[in-house]
Amino acid sequence: MHAFANPARFLKLARPLTAWLGWGGGLLVALALLDGLVLAPRDYLQGESVRILYVHVPAAWLGMGGWAALAAASLMQLVWRHPLAAIAARAVAVPGAVFTAICLATGSLWGRPTWGTWWQWDGRMTSMLVLLFLYAGWIALAEAERERSGDGRLAAIFGLVGAVNLPVIHYSVLWWRSLHQGQSIGLTGTTIDPAMLWPLLGSALGFTLLFAAVVLMRMRALLARQKVEARLRRLAA
Amino acid sequence: MSHWPFIAGAYAVTLVATVGLVVASYAAMRRAEREAGTRRDSR
Repeated sequence: MHAFANPARFLKLARPLTAWLGWGGGLLVALALLDGLVLAPRDYLQGESVRILYVHVPAAWLGMGGWAALAAASLMQLVWRHPLAAIAARAVAVPGAVFTAICLATGSLWGRPTWGTWWQWDGRMTSMLVLLFLYAGWIALAEAERERSGDGRLAAIFGLVGAVNLPVIHYSVLWWRSLHQGQSIGLTGTTIDPAMLWPLLGSALGFTLLFAAVVLMRMRALLARQKVEARLRRLAA
Repeated sequence: MSHWPFIAGAYAVTLVATVGLVVASYAAMRRAEREAGTRRDSR
């Protein structure tokens, strides 16, 4: 990991990787969603609305995975002072917030025909909404720190503290009575039929590759802006 | 109740948000890297 602490070395790897991840992710998402919409069977209980889960579940994983990555980058920033860690955290925040918002919107669109309601203040949905607010707070704090030429430590601490919400989201369906269904995919197996599992896994992998491509694009933009700002400071001195 | 309008809505929200995110991030990256390159050239 420390080998890529050098921005020049990171950029040498990131430039070709951005295109591969972007195009690969886009293609995989298109194929998986086509499979999910056309070929996968309807669920015996949920009916056709099960097709919403091919976009909802990957969005939920990426919303939570985004904050896990943000917390990991914050830890690297605080403990090892990794030069790219703060940039990685800033690059992850917006895509993480977007996928959390997609998860909430698609969950609501799934809930109306399946449960008969757009929203319930139960543990899973409320903790996911809290995650969206945490992202918004983190983005505002990081931007304020940047404007005041801070080193991003406050945002890093917020990133670590906010990770407390991740196990709350994960275990909420076990800890509290919930409308939301429990876990269908675990480390040891799954209760999902293979005809529905493959489009779900394909979609999850495709969106993950796209997410990674977006993070690399945002890191490259932040590094380029940092370079320009450093040059302007040198000229002004 | 037909589920298809809800399915169409969910896919539309996802695709619009994802494509918007990818395009905005790509445009910001190109702009920033072009600016960094231009300023280096004009030094």
